[in-house]
Order: sequence, then C-alpha cells, then structure tokens
Amino acid sequence: MSVLRIGWLTGVVLGILWSFVLTFALAVIVAFGAGVEVRPDPLWTLLFGALYGSAGTAPKRAPWVMILFGAVLMGAMGGIGRGPITGSETVPQALLPIANGVLGAALLGSMLLFMKDVSVGRVTRHVWEAAVIRFLTGIGYIVFTAVVAIPFYVMVMTSLKNQSELMQNPLDFSIDLSQGWHLFDSYYELLTAFNFGTYLWTSFYVSVLTVLITLLFSVPGAYAVARLRFAGRTTFSRSILLIYMVPMIVLALPIYIAFSMTGLRNTIFGIVIIYPVTTIPVSLYMLQGYFRGLPAEVEEAGLMDGLTRLQVIWKITLPLSLPALASVALYVFMIAWNEFLLAFMLLDDPSKFTLTRGVAMLNSSEIPRQHLMAGAVIATVPIMVLFLGLEKFMTRGLTAGAVKG
Amino acid sequence: MTQPTPPTGTGPLGRREARLAWGLLFPTIFSVSMVVVLPLLSIFWISFKPIGLADLRAPTPVVREALRGRPEAAGDAATLQYRLRNSSQDKPILGVTLTDTIPEGLTLGEIDPRCALEGPSLFCDFGDLDGGQREEIEIPVTVEQAYFDNGVDVDDSPPEITGRSENVLTNLDFTLENFARVFRGDDFLTVLWATVFYTVFGTIGALVTGLFAAMLLNKAFRGQGFLRGLYLFPYVAPVIAVAFTWVTLFDPFSGSANALLVQMGVIDQPINFFGQRPLALIMVTVFEVWRYFPLSFLFILARMQSIDTDMYEAADMDGASPFQQFWFLSLPQLMGILSVLFLLRFIWTFNKFDDIFLLTGGNAGTRTLTVNVYEQAFAVSNIGAGAAVAVVIFCVLLVFSIFFLKYVSREEGL
Repeated sequence: MSVLRIGWLTGVVLGILWSFVLTFALAVIVAFGAGVEVRPDPLWTLLFGALYGSAGTAPKRAPWVMILFGAVLMGAMGGIGRGPITGSETVPQALLPIANGVLGAALLGSMLLFMKDVSVGRVTRHVWEAAVIRFLTGIGYIVFTAVVAIPFYVMVMTSLKNQSELMQNPLDFSIDLSQGWHLFDSYYELLTAFNFGTYLWTSFYVSVLTVLITLLFSVPGAYAVARLRFAGRTTFSRSILLIYMVPMIVLALPIYIAFSMTGLRNTIFGIVIIYPVTTIPVSLYMLQGYFRGLPAEVEEAGLMDGLTRLQVIWKITLPLSLPALASVALYVFMIAWNEFLLAFMLLDDPSKFTLTRGVAMLNSSEIPRQHLMAGAVIATVPIMVLFLGLEKFMTRGLTAGAVKG
Repeated sequence: MTQPTPPTGTGPLGRREARLAWGLLFPTIFSVSMVVVLPLLSIFWISFKPIGLADLRAPTPVVREALRGRPEAAGDAATLQYRLRNSSQDKPILGVTLTDTIPEGLTLGEIDPRCALEGPSLFCDFGDLDGGQREEIEIPVTVEQAYFDNGVDVDDSPPEITGRSENVLTNLDFTLENFARVFRGDDFLTVLWATVFYTVFGTIGALVTGLFAAMLLNKAFRGQGFLRGLYLFPYVAPVIAVAFTWVTLFDPFSGSANALLVQMGVIDQPINFFGQRPLALIMVTVFEVWRYFPLSFLFILARMQSIDTDMYEAADMDGASPFQQFWFLSLPQLMGILSVLFLLRFIWTFNKFDDIFLLTGGNAGTRTLTVNVYEQAFAVSNIGAGAAVAVVIFCVLLVFSIFFLKYVSREEGL
C-alpha cells in the first residue's frame, strides 16, 4: 500500500476515476436537460483526468488562477472536438466549449480540494487516506443524488410530454414552456376521463379512516402492554413482532376467498376493515415503546387523585404522547396510502378504486406512458408533501416502525 | 403467634389489573386473530384442497320464467315456461325444487308430471341437476280476464328455488396434489434460486448502500437536511409509482436508460432489462436495494450520531488513520444495529411481493416464492396450489422467527 502513497500517482489515479464520474454526470445532465446528443470521449476523459489529477497535487498558491486556466484549456480543446465531452454535428456550436469549460473548472477545482494536503512526493498515511475519503465522499454525493433523483425527474418530465415527443427522443426532457397549460394535458385527462379525482378522495378517506381505527385499537393495547402487569405480557409483546413477519400475500389469498364468499370484495367497507388490521401491530409496537419511556409517576399521581385507568390514559398519557401519536399516524397514513396488493386483489370496480389501484389500471398498452407517469406523480405528490412538511415526525415514525417494510 | 408469610399468588388488585389489561387488548387480539390467525389456519386447510378459482362460486340453480304466446284477450291460450340450469359446468346440485305462485287469472292445463299444484302455488321437484344440465318445463295455460285486470306479470312473483350443492371448501376431500405440484420439476428450483438470490443480495446491498449513505451524511454541512430528505424519497413514495417509473425508464423501445447508454456509446443495442435472464433478476434486486437503502441509512445514521466523538479524538491522538478509525471504532459500534437490520430486512425482503410483481410480473426468472403464490392461485387459477406455496413460505418464516426471537427481541429489549 505504501508504494501507492505518492502524491502525484494518487492524483493521477483519483483524477482519472473522478474525471470519468464527472464527465458522465455532466453528459447525462446535458443530454437530459437540453436533449442534445453529447457523449463522453473515453480517451480525452482519461488524459484530462490524469493531467488535472496530478495538477491537483501541485502547490496551491493561486487556486483560482489554476481553475480558470483549467477551464479555458479544456473549453478550447472541447471546441475543437478534443475534450472529454464530444457530440454529433447536431449539437449547437457554443455548447461543447462551454460544457467542457465547466467540466474543466469542476474537475480541477474538486481535485485541488481532494488533494488539499497532498504534495507531489511521498505523503503520510493520514493525509493520503483523508484525500481518498474526500474523493469517495464526492463520488458518493454524485452517485446517490443521481440514482435517487433521476427516476423521480424522469417520472415528472415524462408526465409533461406527449406521445410523439416521447417517441422522437426519449432523452429530451427539456420542457417547452410555450405550450402553456397544455403541458398538463395528461393530468387534465386523468382527472376528467379517468376519474382520478374520485380515486384521490377515496384514497384520502380510506387512509384517514385507517389511521383513526388503528389508533383507536392500538392506543389501549399499547398502554396495556407498556404499563399493566398481567400473565402473558412478554409472550404477547413478542407475538406482536411475529405478526409483522407474516407476508401479506399469504394472508391476501384467504382474505380474497372470504371476501368473495361474503360479498365484501369490491367494497370500500371491506378495504377499511382490512387495512387497519395490517397496521395495528406496527402501531401498537411503536406506541408501547414510547409509553414505556413516559414517567410512570405522573400516572400514579393521577391514580392517587382518583382518576380511573381509562381517565389516566385519556387525560395524562395521551396528551403527553402527542408527538408519538403524530409519528404513528403519519406512518400509518403512509402505509395505507401506498398500499397496493390488497387494493389490487380486492377491488375490480373502477368506481371504487383507490389511487394505487387506479394507477395500476393505467398500466396497459392502450394507455399512453405519460398518463401512467402522471398517475404516478399524482399518487406520489401528496405523500411527498406530507413527508417534507412533517419530516421530523415522519423520520421518527420510520425509525420506530421500520421493523415493517 | 403464627409466622407472618408474604402473600402468594395474585391478589384481587392484581387480578383486576390483568382483567383491565386483557380488556384493553381485546379489540386488537380480536381483529388480529380474525384477519391474521384465522386466514393462516385456513391457508393450511386450503392447501390440502383440490380447489380452483372457479370453485369459489358455489354452483346454484338458475331459473327463468316466461309466459309465451302473447295472450291478448281473455280466453287466449299461452304457455307458462320455466327454464332451469346449473350455473356450474361440472358440479352437480342435489334436490332441486321450485316453488312459484301462479298469478290470478291463469288456469293451468296439463301439468308436467314433476310438478303439482296446490291452490295458487306450483311445486316442482327436479331431483339432481348434473353439471351444465338444463331443464325446461312448459305448462299450457288459459288466460282469463282477471289476469289482464290485475296487470300482474308472471315475473312479479319470482319462483323460489332450492338445491344443495357441495362446497369444495367445507367437504372432506383432501389431496396432496397441490404440494406435489409445488415441488415438482425444475420449476421449484428456479423459484427457490430466485428467492435466495433476491433475498440475500437485496438485503446485503441495501445494508451496505445504507451504510455508505449514512457515512456521507454523518457530518454537518449546509444542505444536509435536504439531502437526507431526498435520500428517503424511494422509500416514502408509493411502490406502484416508482416501480412503473423504473419500467418506463428501462423500457427496451422507448426507455431513456437504453437511449442514454446507446448515445454514450456504452452499448450498441437496447437491452431488455426486465425481460431477459439473468438480467431481470439482477434488476429487481437492484430495485430492492434502491428502494430500501433509505431505511437502513436512517437507522445507521441514527446510531452513528449517538456514538461519542471523544473516542475518535482519542484515536486521532493515538495516530489511527481515518480508515482504521472506521474499521476499528465505527464498525464495531454499528455491529448491533447492522445485525438487527440484516435480520429484519432479510425477512422482509423474503416476504416482498409488490415490487417484483409490478416490475416483471414474475417473468424472466424473477418468480420468487411470494410471486409464485399469486401465480399459482390467480394466473393458473389453482387456489389450492397457491395455498400450498403459502404454507411453504410460512414454514420457512417459522425458522426465521426462531432466530428473530433469539436475537432481535433481545436487542429491542422485549
């Protein structure tokens, strides 16, 4: 390993790897953003990576001058078709020098940052590893952000396109603002012709009912498990955990049979009685953990002052555990809103669909892709808004309840 | 003087407390046993039954009544017709009888030998109806003025019909054919392989990716909150939305991923990511990693932030390099949460159905055990075989749950 710990060599190796990552990322951004045909040129990516990587280990006296020089050099080379990013003849004249210039600045700038304490010659293990970690962190940010963001970006952009645009160039995700409101044609059609307004409402009230019923059942249960002494308490709290482990598909089959025979299939009522049962164990588990953390003395004081147990729960425990209730409610809402399997198996009548079932209906060869994506956006946006608005509660709910997935 | 002894057993207060506890737990226990325990038991019952999707609807006799011959005035002759059929094509119905009230003003002529008239009510006995059998009874009638005066149609008094049919769910026919079907042939090995691959690599992948993501965000910087929110998106979004987005993205004909890779010069021909072996299995595993890394990331990050920083400062003083600090300090601290997460995610990945079902529908070698339940029960319409697969899953889970109780519940302090 110590052979590798030579400044310029490290710079060259990391620079090449980093150069490929950056070039590819920038090419994807340009391709997705402007819809032009650019591609990375492996040879020049490699050469520039090696050059700028080793330059990163040079004494950092005037970093801004170096970065400017790096940008100009790569921009000029890009202009004559010798840069890491090249393209076909259809690419606008000014684009390649600019893209390569930006790339050059980013590459050299970040290499200078990575190689902050690294000099040309031999470096200590500490400095070397710190540089490698900075490099890995940089790659991590780019890769994770790209991998998470691209599918959502594609989802939104596809929903704003029309069929012919999609067929013509599946890479062009630029938005033609001159279309005005016609951008939202898919959404308009879903809300009018496909009844998505009704589905939204159905999903909303089914989820709210699920939350209410779940809390109604699990609060007393959680309290009993957390506070009261009775034979079989440990067995009970363990079996709650075991209940999560039964896969839904195994239960869905007998539920389907029972519902078919009793006529509950294809009714919202059937869905509303089945959803809470899938969430009660999780919610009970999360709540009992929280209840245990509450000071028992407060409740005992209440008991001494003549409250009954139920009054204690209502007047003392619940007000104290409002944050936990909010987390649980949000988590249960998310499960109910996202639930797909039961809705898919139990609902056949398009007038009674929940949102997820409605989106599943759009997955057919007769319905254009952008409608499907618009449906996906409609299903995602409310839960995302809720999530971003109440992230603190949501994160806590996820951490507490995430034994279930 | 007797020796004072401490009270043994439960006192009245203790009993009251226990009663209250069970009372509070009753709604949960009741609902969970109705929807979880009862179905689980019924799954075992069904798995030994020769039952298909069509058998769910018990065969019933269906009758149609009509007055033929268009009588227009009193004294016209007409025909009262009952057409009977068995709704099932192969199951018999036993002891079929028909009772109907003849409207006033219809005088019946010669009555079919299977029927008898008592006052205004007609009773017919058809005996047993075989599967798909049809029966017809025609009775000549004379229409009188009273019929037209009342304005009553024959349909207004629908005939009552009775008949017993055997329900395949409740009879005592048992078969091992379902299990034989599940285990027979190479099919089972393919399913098992897909399940093992998906579960093992999906779990490890999500865990390792989550660990990386947690390390990235385990420092304070501007935009950290934003990035954390963003990285949770895959888990929070509805599975149906993200699964269809992936299918759209990787579509072999109009997908952006293929177009991008072709344009970048990585591949020459578009690849059918979700349609060819073994790529489809790898892709669904990648999807699983993508969708569930946020969960492990969240847990690991929470644990990382609770590690004391003094320890790292001391290590720094002693000259430990960053990698050494990670390997010898962070990792051992994280081992507890990592092993719990591994076990939980392992079980949940094993149980996962929606993701694969939406991405490939179980085609191209991606049929795991859970998808096989659906495939057998609904695609092949053999509910019994589906239940048999479910029983297999359940048995595997029982083994997991032993591990679970042994390790996780100790970690969780239960």
